[in-house]
Amino acid sequence: MPSHPKLAAEFVKNKDRAHWHDESLWFVRSKRDKAARQIPEWELLREQASKIKMHTISHLPDLLEEFERNATARGVQVHWARNATEHNEIVHGLLKKHDVTRVVKSKSMLTEECHLNPYLERHGIEIIDTDLGERIVQMQNMPPSHIVMPAIHMKKEEIGELFHEQLGTEKGATDPQYLAEAARQHLRQKFIEAEAGITGVNFAIAETGGFVVCTNEGNADLGTSLNKLHIACMGIEKLIPRAGDLSVFLRLLARSATGQPITTYSSHFHGPAPGAEMHIVLLDNGRSEISGSDEFRRSLNCIRCAACMNTCPVYRRSGGYSYSNTVPGPIGSILGPAKDPKANATLPFACSLCGSCTDVCPVKIDLHHQLLTWRKEIRVKGFLPVSKRISMKMMSWLMQAPRMYRFVGKMARSIVPYLPRFMLYNRMNDWGKQRELPIIPKQSFREWMKQNHDDK
Amino acid sequence: MAPKVGLFIPCYIDQLYPQVGIATLKILEHFGVDVEYPESQTCCGQPMANTGCTNEVGPLAKRFVDIFKGYDAVVCPSGSCVSMVKHHYAEYFSDNAEYEELKAKTYEFCDYLTNILEVKTLSGRFPHKVGLHQSCHGLRELRLASSSEIMGPPFGNVRELLESIEGVELSQLQRPDECCGFGGTFAVSEEAVSCMMGEDRVHDHEQAGTEVLTALDMSCLMHLDGIIRRQKKPIRVMHISEILVECL
Repeated sequence: MPSHPKLAAEFVKNKDRAHWHDESLWFVRSKRDKAARQIPEWELLREQASKIKMHTISHLPDLLEEFERNATARGVQVHWARNATEHNEIVHGLLKKHDVTRVVKSKSMLTEECHLNPYLERHGIEIIDTDLGERIVQMQNMPPSHIVMPAIHMKKEEIGELFHEQLGTEKGATDPQYLAEAARQHLRQKFIEAEAGITGVNFAIAETGGFVVCTNEGNADLGTSLNKLHIACMGIEKLIPRAGDLSVFLRLLARSATGQPITTYSSHFHGPAPGAEMHIVLLDNGRSEISGSDEFRRSLNCIRCAACMNTCPVYRRSGGYSYSNTVPGPIGSILGPAKDPKANATLPFACSLCGSCTDVCPVKIDLHHQLLTWRKEIRVKGFLPVSKRISMKMMSWLMQAPRMYRFVGKMARSIVPYLPRFMLYNRMNDWGKQRELPIIPKQSFREWMKQNHDDK
Repeated sequence: MAPKVGLFIPCYIDQLYPQVGIATLKILEHFGVDVEYPESQTCCGQPMANTGCTNEVGPLAKRFVDIFKGYDAVVCPSGSCVSMVKHHYAEYFSDNAEYEELKAKTYEFCDYLTNILEVKTLSGRFPHKVGLHQSCHGLRELRLASSSEIMGPPFGNVRELLESIEGVELSQLQRPDECCGFGGTFAVSEEAVSCMMGEDRVHDHEQAGTEVLTALDMSCLMHLDGIIRRQKKPIRVMHISEILVECL
């Protein structure tokens, strides 16, 4: 079972790299602050976005059917998938029907969630990620470490080395423009060869039956324009009721994600071109269950902007891979346990409960409170380590017995100051690895009160 | 009759930092408050709650309400423990009038000082460069100051109070309200990340020229002081009440 603290400690071991990672993401957070500050109604927008999403989630079945009706009327073929397996089978079925062996895909965390790439590859289909960052991690056979900037953990030297091996660029090349150009030429060929394009969906509009895909590289447009088959994969929570709601989210999304006023491309799809097919796969995969939970419903507000990752002091210092989950960071630490609480039992604890994620979230998910609630669930489900369970039981017992509490404190004050250093600082003491313990005072506050105050 | 204030001293302050409790008491009494310290108090239960062990919190929450319900106000020199009582006790009391009443009259010490006692300045001097660490729970749970994520006019009584003291110069930080990395049991269970967070905070204060590092929560300071002493940095750590008591 992967453990966040262990993987995080490994990441932190390389201090320079961890600092570099932290600074890179803090830079994005700072850009977000600047962009948000320029919108006088920022907090109002957050409030409105949250209300629209809460409304949508509570009317999801009706709105989904409305979307299906309107999309179908536009010539879009709508498919329903209960889980990842069904999703992958539907996508594969469509590709097979059209004898497709080469596919390009724009960024979609949903297909990552379903592990679509390895599934299609097993069935002999070449699937190429066309988002530059995602293509980079795909070349390495790794998942994205961040949902908006999939290769944020990699330095340009490492990308240069990878491109040298895979694309034949000059050895030792690190110039971002040179490397990006090489990737562009490589991808251009893939776009031309592809017989189908897969995209994610950022927003689907119930009222119109259309949907919107946001990219900075235009790869969703290119990937779906040069061939006759477009398959869009979408989580059912990506719905919004009206076209008029879209502006609220488009204004929040890019500003929260990267500090841009808007993504370079916000591509609207309203049905297939003549002679082409457009399909949309609506995936549940546990979302309905979350929508039924009072505690966690709000997590479905998520528009995958990654602002919570960029601001999270733990994510910035531990890297996306330390979460061992498709979506890392605060929102991933809520979605991960919802899917598999045992495997992801350490994620809700990979958090100092600072609350920065809650304040930065453009759709007002109460992230740190949900993480706290997940800790209780982990305890109830029996996945809390025995050491924590017992120490908390003992502490609670001690705190319910004030005389014993006083006695233990007094004993500690009379013993600890005289202990040799090695008795205090050793492998048993995780606090003391890099920190001094507090200096033990001569008396407690209550002892002082008794001596100096109570007889006044 | 003067209002009677129940002094809520968190367990770790009682046992490890008595000077913080003493300073808090002296300041409150200086401003004419009738303070009583109920001796049967121990811990609010936050460590257990943050570990998910709610069964272990229930009895402590009930004890807390029983002990403090008779006072006109409850004041505590920790934003984190106050946030526990005000924001995280509800599940242990369903529709309990006693709890609702207590919740409304429980205050973080600086909040009580500046908003209820309306102390806006102190007459003493404190000729130091002071670094104010914004403890997260005071900031983002109790909203005692504006957080950098929320867009709106900046506010913060503690900052204003410190700025009003003669000789105090506040440090300009690169990251004004990033978490120190204490986080309760997080400090131990995620030791590596926790210490790196603490180190980064200390470094920010170092580059800003902080001589005295202060905060509303001694727990953040316990963690930061542990790093400062281990690395022998020339920064002194004082709880906000320890600074204010010197300025009476």
